[in-house]
Amino acid sequence: MTVTVNGQCWELPDGSALADVLARLGTPPRGVAVALNGAVVPRAFWAGTALRDGASIDVVTAVQGG
Amino acid sequence: MADDPLVIAGREFGSRLILGTGGAGNLAILEQALLAAQTELTTVAIRRIDTTGAGAGVLDLLSRHGIDPLPNTAGCRSAAEAVLTASLGREALQTSWVKLEVIADDRTLLPDPIELLDAAEQLVDDGFTVLPYTNDDPVLARRLADVGCAAVMPLGSPIGTGLGIRNPHNIEMIVAQAQVPVVLDAGIGTASEAAFAMELGCDAVLLASAVTRADDPPRMAEAMRLAVQAGRQARLAGRIPQRFWARASSPDRSLP
Repeated sequence: MTVTVNGQCWELPDGSALADVLARLGTPPRGVAVALNGAVVPRAFWAGTALRDGASIDVVTAVQGG
Repeated sequence: MADDPLVIAGREFGSRLILGTGGAGNLAILEQALLAAQTELTTVAIRRIDTTGAGAGVLDLLSRHGIDPLPNTAGCRSAAEAVLTASLGREALQTSWVKLEVIADDRTLLPDPIELLDAAEQLVDDGFTVLPYTNDDPVLARRLADVGCAAVMPLGSPIGTGLGIRNPHNIEMIVAQAQVPVVLDAGIGTASEAAFAMELGCDAVLLASAVTRADDPPRMAEAMRLAVQAGRQARLAGRIPQRFWARASSPDRSLP
C-alpha cells in the first residue's frame, strides 16, 4: 500500500501499523507526536493502529521557534 | 523578583521575561541567551520531524536547564490547523499549555482575529491552558479572556520588526480591563521597549528576535532581564504625573 509520511509517498507492506512508520523514521523516544489523517494518535496506540492504503501520516517534534 | 511572582493559571514564575527560542544562530548561543535571561518558560514550534536532524536538540537543552517548553502554533492560518498543532504539541511535550498563534498572512504575520477566537474557544473547551498571541485590540483581548484564555498576549508591533510598542494607549486599555495576565508579545527591539511594556502595566514580556538576532544575544538577554525588572519596579513604584511647566525640586526660599 501507499501512504504519505510528512508529505512524501512511502510504499509499505499490507498490514503495516503506525509503529512501523515510526520505527523506520528512527523516531526519538520522546518529544514526538503523530497525526493520522488529521487526528492525533497517542503513543500508546501506535502499535495497534493499522494503516490503510492512502493514509496520511504526520510525525512532528519541537524545534526552535516563536 | 522572588516576592513578586508572575502567576498564570495558578502557576508561579519568578521571571517575568519569557524568551522564545526562535531565530538563534545555533544552540550554544541560544543556551547562553536563555541562561542570561533567566527565563523559566520558552516557546518552541511544532514541525514535521526532519530526518537530517536539523532543529533537533532544543528539548534536550531545555530539560538540561529545567526550562519548560511552551509549544506554539506558529505558522497556522486557520482555527482547524491551530487546534491540530496544539493537540500535537500537547502529545509531544506532555503539556496542556499552548501559545496560540493564528496568523493572517506572511507579510504582516498579524493575528487573524476571527480564527484566533474560534481556536481559543475550542482549545479552552478541550482543557488547554491557552495563551493567545493577539492584536493590540482591547475588545479582542477581552473576548479572548471571556472564553477562558489564561492570559492575553498583545503585540507591540508585528513579529520580528523591532518597532517597539506602536500603540501604548491600546496596551494600557488592555491592562486596565484585564482579568488575566497581560504579556506583551512581539515587536520589542531593545531593552527600553521591554521596560516600557512593564511600565504600561504588562505582567510579563515575551520576545525572541530582539535577543536571538542581536549582535551579542547573551548580552541582550541580560539587558532584557534587567529592563523587565526595572520596568516592573517602576510600575509598582508609581510614576510622577506629567506636567507642562517645570516644578523645582529644590527649596525656593533662603537663597544666600
